[in-house]
Amino acid sequence: MLIVDTKCANLASVGYAFDRLCIAYTISDEPARIASADKVLIPGVGAAPYAMRKIAEAGLTDTLRSLVQPVLGICLGMQLLFETLEEGGETVEGLGLIPGHVGALETGDLPSPHMGWNTLGSLVDDPLTHDLRDGDHAYFVHSYAVPVGAHTLAQTTYGQDFSAMVRHGNVRGCQFHPERSSRTGASILRAFATL
Amino acid sequence: MLARRIIPCLDVRDGRVVKGVQFRDHVDVGGIVELAARYRDEGADELVFYDITASVDDRQVSPEWIGQVSRQLDIPFCVAGGIDSVEAAGARLAAGADKISINSPALLRPDLIDELVAAFGQQCIVVGIDTFEQDGTYRVKSHTGDPGKTRETGRATLDWVREATTRGAGEIVLNCMNQDGVRKGYDIAQLRAVRGVCPVPLIASGGAGAVDHFADVFEQANVDGALAASVFHKQVIAIPDLKRDLAERGIEMRL
Repeated sequence: MLIVDTKCANLASVGYAFDRLCIAYTISDEPARIASADKVLIPGVGAAPYAMRKIAEAGLTDTLRSLVQPVLGICLGMQLLFETLEEGGETVEGLGLIPGHVGALETGDLPSPHMGWNTLGSLVDDPLTHDLRDGDHAYFVHSYAVPVGAHTLAQTTYGQDFSAMVRHGNVRGCQFHPERSSRTGASILRAFATL
Repeated sequence: MLARRIIPCLDVRDGRVVKGVQFRDHVDVGGIVELAARYRDEGADELVFYDITASVDDRQVSPEWIGQVSRQLDIPFCVAGGIDSVEAAGARLAAGADKISINSPALLRPDLIDELVAAFGQQCIVVGIDTFEQDGTYRVKSHTGDPGKTRETGRATLDWVREATTRGAGEIVLNCMNQDGVRKGYDIAQLRAVRGVCPVPLIASGGAGAVDHFADVFEQANVDGALAASVFHKQVIAIPDLKRDLAERGIEMRL
């Protein structure tokens, strides 16, 4: 298990989640180590343009685009897996590991960002959703989202339906924070580590 | 459906959790990591740690205990207390805090909100507001950790909520000082007024004393979360019972 130091994430809390599960991991920003890892976790918080710039400055863009082992993106790390991301009126090129676009979450009259514990539903069978049930809660903090589509493993609703979990081949993502999602998150991280 | 959040608040002084009445006369209620673990196990949705002496003593919350708390918790937590720079905020987020909350330093220098949002994103920047009702108007106070150093800011609460959210704050915690620690219920009228001008998540604080108070603040003020301290520290209300009762009333809860 390798956690990519994307320079834009809370690496400590992701690492602590694996500590609680007694799963060994390394944190690295070295392309060779990332490319050869068994599993790669891509965390991220904050703004997409900043994150993609940080990844490029660290010389990681091509490495992350070429990953063939199991990959899990978390929160912004999941959004970066897609082809394009909208943020603050501009469109940013993502890693392109999953086809699709990330747009603003249309919350209507509801407070934004979408912050708190929301339910997962319309679960599609996958090792990562195997231990989940419809109605399990996960902790979200975001104002952009991936629409529901062919890659959706779990859906959540806040103003609109959106993808809470996605999968495209070896690449998966969680819009919520599994490291802060109690039992739900622990089961997902454990399942990813034992793929 | 998004659940309403139940948020125990831990006031930290000198490395211990304390609680006062109307921000005065603090008594020791336990160790930081022990209480954090207890609330996690009881089903708290989030925790907030306020270092209540930080601003008045001109020092900052210790990242060491933040790391210890982050190792323990599989729920989100927010830290507050004297954070007055991008560096100070970054140290706490790097130590494992999910959000940082700023109060007095933002009142002294509102640009701090913009700087923190630019550096870390809206999602982790909370603005805490200590508000006091006097003659029917709501005013903001600062440096409330020490009654002798508390200051009138001259700001109207609703104006400050508008300004803080315009500057990019991702969440507002409204501490209604008239109600703090006296357990007579949240200030529904004031929270409704703030809800009307607050486009980001709003957390109610101050006055929780009974299950009905939580139900009232969710149903009548439409807040996203309810924060409380003494009723949880003194075990007047057990969190599992509270969440079950609220769910039975039709309020969305994470059980």
